[in-house]
Amino acid sequence: MSSVSMTVNGKAVSSDVEGRTLLVDLLRGPLGLTGTHVGCDTSQCGACVVHVNGEAVKACTMFAVEADGAEVTTIEGMADGDDLHPIQEAFREHHGLQCGFCTPGMIMSAAALLKENPKPTEDEVRHYLEGNICRCTGYHNIVKAIMAASGQDVSAIAAE
Amino acid sequence: MPKDNFVGQAVKRREDQRFITGNGRYTDDINLQGQTFAAFARSDVAAGVINSINTAKAEAMPGVVAVFTGEDFVEVGGNPAGWLVHSRDGEPMKEPKRPVLAHGKVRHVGDAYAAVIAETPEQARDAVEALEADITPVAPVLNMKEALADGSPLVHDEIETNMIYDWGWIEDNRAAVDEAFESAPHITTLELVNNRLVPNAMEPRASTGVYNPGTDEYTLYTTSQNPHVTRLLICAFVMGIPENKLTVIAPDVGGGFGSKIYHYGEEALVLAASKKLGRPVKWTCSRSESFLTDAHGRDHVTKMEIACEKDGTFLAFRTETFANMGAYLSNFSTSVPTYLHGTLMAGNYKVPLVYVNVKAVVTNTTPVDAYRGAGRPEATFQLERCIDKCARELGIDPIEIRRRNFVQPEDFPYMTPVGLEYDTGNYGATMDILEKNGDLAGFAARRAESEANGKLRGLGIASYIEACGIAPSNVAGALGARVGLYDSATVRVNATGTVSVMVGAHSHGQGHETAFPQIVADRLGIDQSLIEIVHGDTSKIPFGMGTYGSRSLAVCGSAVVNATDKIITKAKLIAAHMMEATGEEVEFEDGVFSIPGTNKNVPFGDVALKAYIPHDFPLEHIEPGLEETAFYDPANFTYPAGAYACEVEVDQETGKVEVMAFTAADDFGNVINPMIVEGQVHGGLTQGIGQALIENAVYDDSGQLLSGSYMDYTMPRADDVPMFSVDHSSITACTHNPLGVKGCGEAGAIGSPPALVNAVIDALNSGGHSVEHIDMPVTPARVWAAMQG
Ligand code: FES
Ligand code: FES
Repeated sequence: MSSVSMTVNGKAVSSDVEGRTLLVDLLRGPLGLTGTHVGCDTSQCGACVVHVNGEAVKACTMFAVEADGAEVTTIEGMADGDDLHPIQEAFREHHGLQCGFCTPGMIMSAAALLKENPKPTEDEVRHYLEGNICRCTGYHNIVKAIMAASGQDVSAIAAE
Repeated sequence: MPKDNFVGQAVKRREDQRFITGNGRYTDDINLQGQTFAAFARSDVAAGVINSINTAKAEAMPGVVAVFTGEDFVEVGGNPAGWLVHSRDGEPMKEPKRPVLAHGKVRHVGDAYAAVIAETPEQARDAVEALEADITPVAPVLNMKEALADGSPLVHDEIETNMIYDWGWIEDNRAAVDEAFESAPHITTLELVNNRLVPNAMEPRASTGVYNPGTDEYTLYTTSQNPHVTRLLICAFVMGIPENKLTVIAPDVGGGFGSKIYHYGEEALVLAASKKLGRPVKWTCSRSESFLTDAHGRDHVTKMEIACEKDGTFLAFRTETFANMGAYLSNFSTSVPTYLHGTLMAGNYKVPLVYVNVKAVVTNTTPVDAYRGAGRPEATFQLERCIDKCARELGIDPIEIRRRNFVQPEDFPYMTPVGLEYDTGNYGATMDILEKNGDLAGFAARRAESEANGKLRGLGIASYIEACGIAPSNVAGALGARVGLYDSATVRVNATGTVSVMVGAHSHGQGHETAFPQIVADRLGIDQSLIEIVHGDTSKIPFGMGTYGSRSLAVCGSAVVNATDKIITKAKLIAAHMMEATGEEVEFEDGVFSIPGTNKNVPFGDVALKAYIPHDFPLEHIEPGLEETAFYDPANFTYPAGAYACEVEVDQETGKVEVMAFTAADDFGNVINPMIVEGQVHGGLTQGIGQALIENAVYDDSGQLLSGSYMDYTMPRADDVPMFSVDHSSITACTHNPLGVKGCGEAGAIGSPPALVNAVIDALNSGGHSVEHIDMPVTPARVWAAMQG
């Protein structure tokens, strides 16, 4: 067991973890932040994406001890009080989710994309989302929501 | 009549708030005081004899509190097949036992033979590694045709064969069909495989069992599409718990697509363990386990034949299918290749004669059951691929051959030769929309453009019909269903005028929490925000059959309508009392009760309050309270139908197929929330494109699942699909449910695979490659090989 400390969604936290404890297990377990999901065990699905020091990271692929001292943001930290983050708002507006299981990871990935590339093309969005699997939506409305969140006009994209 | 203030509107989903903020509550998110964790020991061979399992070392591992093996469950029941199918000779199907944990033999890779309960999930997994199981591998049964040959090893010795049934539909038509083929001017034959798929809902299965010794009651939190069905199976068949002693809660569920309909042994295990330990027992499936244990889909091998005139008029269809059941009969597995497949083999066409033969076979592979579409995609794929081949052979345009044979609007209600009566439809109309929206007239120009870039371009068309809104109980029962297929709703008007609607359907992505209130709001003339939907908890909702087979709106939505109408009837009595009139005089419109010809009126909210403050009620005429329940059993299936067009580009150097455009024109009857309907189609199309293009569950010769993770089982990703053009403006309202609705959940997955494969074949033929068929998935290797001849 070793003790780790980090800032999660702006709050200082610390916990005792095993060497093998994954960041996602620390978040979901002791920290009670169950918005970050686990959809696979091969680092493929992206349901677990969080931001560590501003970078999108698959929290199932990082040990908790590696995040010692880091700034971590999870889906629970995206809204500002009652004000949703524009990407959250866009997912609702454009029906970018169905069962909601992939959604936190999608939103966290999308936020990282828009930071890097504030006005991505459709192809760039699709390419960036390679690491996030959604089984429900067929991606149509996810891509549309992300483009809308970037301030682009999506009215020409068919039915939502 | 209710006003359409909400019905038909793209109301934004209210459930989204919790999902986009990380506040969803899925089964694995629930943690209980004192909980322990289960991990399962699973067979790593496809078939083997369990000689012994030594648990001593595992029991001594840190944190371990209990170990269970198959021995512990020999006294309890097994997981049953929910649908009895009879063979052509009238014999009932074979029903091998399916225990909670394997006993005596393991029958597929992933078959659980022991479980460890420990203080932490890591300790449980570590202890599984310490179990000493002596299992002698035996020759597995993998290939369906070999499984039926004399001398094949058996998956289940007790049934003395690997054939579960040999079903003929309709057996009495067989001779006439054979005769039609003998004299037919043209016959088209196609042999094809409907590839095995892994459903892959993004939330892995999870179950937590809780036993309360003080009340002798159990609670099961589980990832289920139908909590009451799960409760019934556990109570009546597996564990013998009285139903009133088990509450099943399926909270937020992260997708199902069929795989979460069924009861799985892990659910029984966590319940039994929680009783033994007096502590909650939690289990969460890893993705690797879910590949091996979630019921798979499809896996049919079929020969289809069309007999027709030279002008393409269909005379008869004949099919022979081998359907893989996997190692055990999952709950609805036996109905999928039969009553959900054979009954659809007339498609959208006026063909006088059809005969379907299906042989269901057990093999040493993961059990197979309903997956999005269930039987109907298999039927549609055969038909639409074979019709395409037929059109090519006869030199008829693929749209024209379909139009020539469509059941026409004036033919409805139309009785097919395979036992279904289609109530309504207009297949030509969806085809018209498809031609327009897909700009099919402009295809030649697009093809020329692709060719100028060195690519081959193909256009593939498919029509589909499906039977959904499963099902009329009397019909299903006559065909062997061991359950009824109604659904239920309770509408409770609260004293302050808000309304709680408890429904038997379960929402795991379908948006019921938004769509059902739209219906109730219009009928009651109140704002939809005053209505909440309760689902997924057997202690709160009436007995319902859950969500699958695109049935929620058509069946449960109808129950919601009927319960709401009962509320109105009762509320009229109360309003009449308040206005000193009789019930018959009262009219209800737009949320206000009134007596025509007078200025007397009371709003809905006042009646609601009065119902709970009945100081002056004539109690002999009016009971206090305002709450009604309805069970709705449909009179028939509903029959959504449509036409799809797929355009692909094929890279001649690599064989890679790219989907350039996909157009869907569907008839779903009336639409409650177009935004949700379109989302359902997008998702279905993507699953169908996944099946046709990249997804495949592949076993090696020893029965190991080679595509057992997201590294090898290629799920459709965002860059595998285009933006879709979808349309549901062609409406023939269902004639027998109060909303005139059909079902939209599976259509996309049913119609898209043949459209895509037809497009690939079209592309290759346009490049001078006379390729007749490529099995799904149409991978670059297969396409490239086909181009080499
Ligand atoms: S859980 Fe799938 S990538 Fe992390
Ligand atoms: S919304 Fe269900 S997996 Fe994406």
